[in-house]
Amino acid sequence: MLASLLIVFREVMEAGLIIGIVLAATRGISGRTGWVLGGIVAGLAGAILVALFAGRLEEAFAGNGQEVFNAAILCIAVVMLGWHNLWMASHGRQMAAEMKALGQQVARGDRSMLAMAVVIAIAVLREGSEVVLFLYGIAISAEIGFGAMLAGGLLGILGGAALSFVLYRGLLAIPLRWLFSVTSGLVALLAAGMAGQAAALLARDDILPAWGYGLWDTSWLLSDGSLAGRAATALVGYSAQPLGIQVAAWITTLLVLVLGARLIRQSQGQAPPSAQARPRP
Amino acid sequence: MRNGIFRSHSLLPALLGAAVVGLPHLALADAMQTYHLTLEDHTFLPSHLEVPANTHFLIEVTNKDGTTAEFESYDMKFEKIVVGQGHVTAHAGPLPAGTYKFFDDYHPEATGTLTAVAPKE
Repeated sequence: MLASLLIVFREVMEAGLIIGIVLAATRGISGRTGWVLGGIVAGLAGAILVALFAGRLEEAFAGNGQEVFNAAILCIAVVMLGWHNLWMASHGRQMAAEMKALGQQVARGDRSMLAMAVVIAIAVLREGSEVVLFLYGIAISAEIGFGAMLAGGLLGILGGAALSFVLYRGLLAIPLRWLFSVTSGLVALLAAGMAGQAAALLARDDILPAWGYGLWDTSWLLSDGSLAGRAATALVGYSAQPLGIQVAAWITTLLVLVLGARLIRQSQGQAPPSAQARPRP
Repeated sequence: MRNGIFRSHSLLPALLGAAVVGLPHLALADAMQTYHLTLEDHTFLPSHLEVPANTHFLIEVTNKDGTTAEFESYDMKFEKIVVGQGHVTAHAGPLPAGTYKFFDDYHPEATGTLTAVAPKE
């Protein structure tokens, strides 16, 4: 039971950390709950589909189907996270001000919420398909004690969900003034980590050049296999022995998002304040 | 802002260029040595592999069990689902000389090791 609890918890934790950050980053956008739940449901449906066709998926792309598929959905998530961050760069300050003044949900953020719902769906799909395959395997094996293992798996899901909630509540404790700066930073790191992971997946299958294997080795400090190591991978794309292209993709994504947000904020700063501020004749 | 948009246009050719640079590597796959593993009763056979250090190689896993496995290694950075009665091929290396662990993530009792041996001078 403990073994299956740990296996499932590790997978759900990785998705849960991403969802916790997305929830905090989208605070104050109206109609958010529906988008988040929609993302989770779509992700679960996708996870079951991927689990059903796992064998078929593997045969695609000359036996590299799993890696190519994972890299592709990671790239979609990177674009969606990037889109949200740039959207927040132009709307975040105004949102925070309005939330402070009115203490209610503001801003029509439909397009940004769609992007974040896609991110949630992808996070659930990626880790969920592994959980589905694992739990299904237990359910059909009918070995002695499979009930306890199934219970362990369900506890693992609850544990991962609880961790996600704790992270979300913890982030909400940040004062509104800083909340969106902090979440934008976390979202940029998430995106950079995913871009790095996608590049590494493709490079290990020789689809992209590696630009050097194991640039450094920090496994003595934090190994990829440990629970903390896996959390660091999910949050910022940590790898104990990164590839050259992985580091390049990580830095490039982070730079594009940080500089892009700065450019947008500067261009807004130069423009006259919003139209409502100017009295109309 | 115009400058920013122009930059994003130049990103696509750059990515395509990177993909083309990567293409010759695909041809390498044919020349790579493949090592075979079988999973039966949640046990790897053989449970130990020996490979030359600093080379690319492939590990093909055939799953003779009815249950799904996940062929995984933190040391060698791969993680692949192997459905029951199915098989997968994982890319690995180049590895510095040393011993590396692999396992079935769904059945942690199924483990094995791989030793990368430096060529004798």
